[in-house]
Amino acid sequence: MIKTDVLIIGAGPTGLFCVHQLGIIGLKCEVVDNLDKIGGQCIELYPDKPIYDIPAIPESTGEELTNNLIKQIKPFKTNFHLNERVEEVKKEKNNWSVKTNKGKEFNVASIIIAGGVGSFEPRKFSVKECQKFEEKEIFYSIKDKNIFRNKTVSIFGGGDSALDWAIELSENSKVHLIHRRDEFRGAQSSVEKLNELSKKNKIQIFTKYQLSSIDGDKNIQSINIKHDDGAIKKVQTNYVLGFFGLIMQLGPIANWGLNLDKKHIPVNTENFETKQKGIFAIGDICTYPGKLKLILSGFHEGALAARGCFKYVRPDEKLRFEFTTTSKNVQSRLGIKKND
Amino acid sequence: MPKITYIEHNGKSHTIDVSNGLSVMEGAVQNNIPGIDADCGGSMACATCHVYVKEEWFDKLPKKEDGEEDMIDMAYKPKKYSRLSCQLTVSDELNGLIVNMPEKQT
Repeated sequence: MIKTDVLIIGAGPTGLFCVHQLGIIGLKCEVVDNLDKIGGQCIELYPDKPIYDIPAIPESTGEELTNNLIKQIKPFKTNFHLNERVEEVKKEKNNWSVKTNKGKEFNVASIIIAGGVGSFEPRKFSVKECQKFEEKEIFYSIKDKNIFRNKTVSIFGGGDSALDWAIELSENSKVHLIHRRDEFRGAQSSVEKLNELSKKNKIQIFTKYQLSSIDGDKNIQSINIKHDDGAIKKVQTNYVLGFFGLIMQLGPIANWGLNLDKKHIPVNTENFETKQKGIFAIGDICTYPGKLKLILSGFHEGALAARGCFKYVRPDEKLRFEFTTTSKNVQSRLGIKKND
Repeated sequence: MPKITYIEHNGKSHTIDVSNGLSVMEGAVQNNIPGIDADCGGSMACATCHVYVKEEWFDKLPKKEDGEEDMIDMAYKPKKYSRLSCQLTVSDELNGLIVNMPEKQT
């Protein structure tokens, strides 16, 4: 079991800056996030898109913003638990006990939920019978590519993941690439490579087709794909891969007694505490009158929520308000050495 | 004010006045019409405000910008006349627009 002061759920910009705000008032925290990298929506949805409304930063991409936030919290040597989703939150005496889907347990005085719109999960096929083949013959991510050797693989999608895997698997497998329109949004070099492999019959491309149904009881025999004009084509295949990007799912947060209002957690605007004492919510996931879903609002909310945690972590102490420009305490927490 | 009609997957229809300048997505969200999630808040970064428009309307709507089609690739059951409602700005020309919502968004 990991014991610390505060657990932050979500490693997006709001959660990262909140690490900083906890750090300068002397509180320790750890961060859990379901993605395999730090940065949340900034890194997953728009790493290359410039953002223009971060105060004092005229222009920054999602990736640059994330890297700067990581640099800013470096002095606090925070532990990140990536690829991990919080499943259960339970009150335990004066503390909170938190369990993740990997079986990790935390015991903390406070929890700050900076979960955005929930955790990122792969978008799945909408065809019902797909579920029973999932993780056996239908995959949304690849853990062991060797299982496809000398088999027929049907890959759906038009982005980089679909293209990259189609190209790579075509070396040792028979590959079909199926996409709902005739343009691919992957990198230009991959599209060129794909066309080349298609000319050599290494990859068979079907455009304007979508999955319609699957034949097979225990194992997939073939799939039926439907063209825009309604025509159905049967394709023999052993495996089916879907790369439709990630969607955000609220997941277990709905079960933590937080009185959700349309996927959002109501909070007060004094310290962004939820209905549960000691649980705070900041960033896109919280709601209150006038809420704006902006990164800058998340920063403000995190600053106040961090101070809101103080009374739960150190019930017998009073928090003294200090500036980073003048406070020796704060500067030493930031690892700044000054020669007076 | 332009009237926009939102039809849920179960057939339930809602016709409401939406101010010029708002997006079709905002019209739904502000009026608590179920079926449009708009998880990213309208930044064209998810595909959870996905709607189907009728063929005759599809040609009258402003053309898709770069990126919208890419996001529609990730929508639930995309079709030929799919749009993201956050990218449709309400104006007098859109008076009478009918959008159909998919069975679900995620």
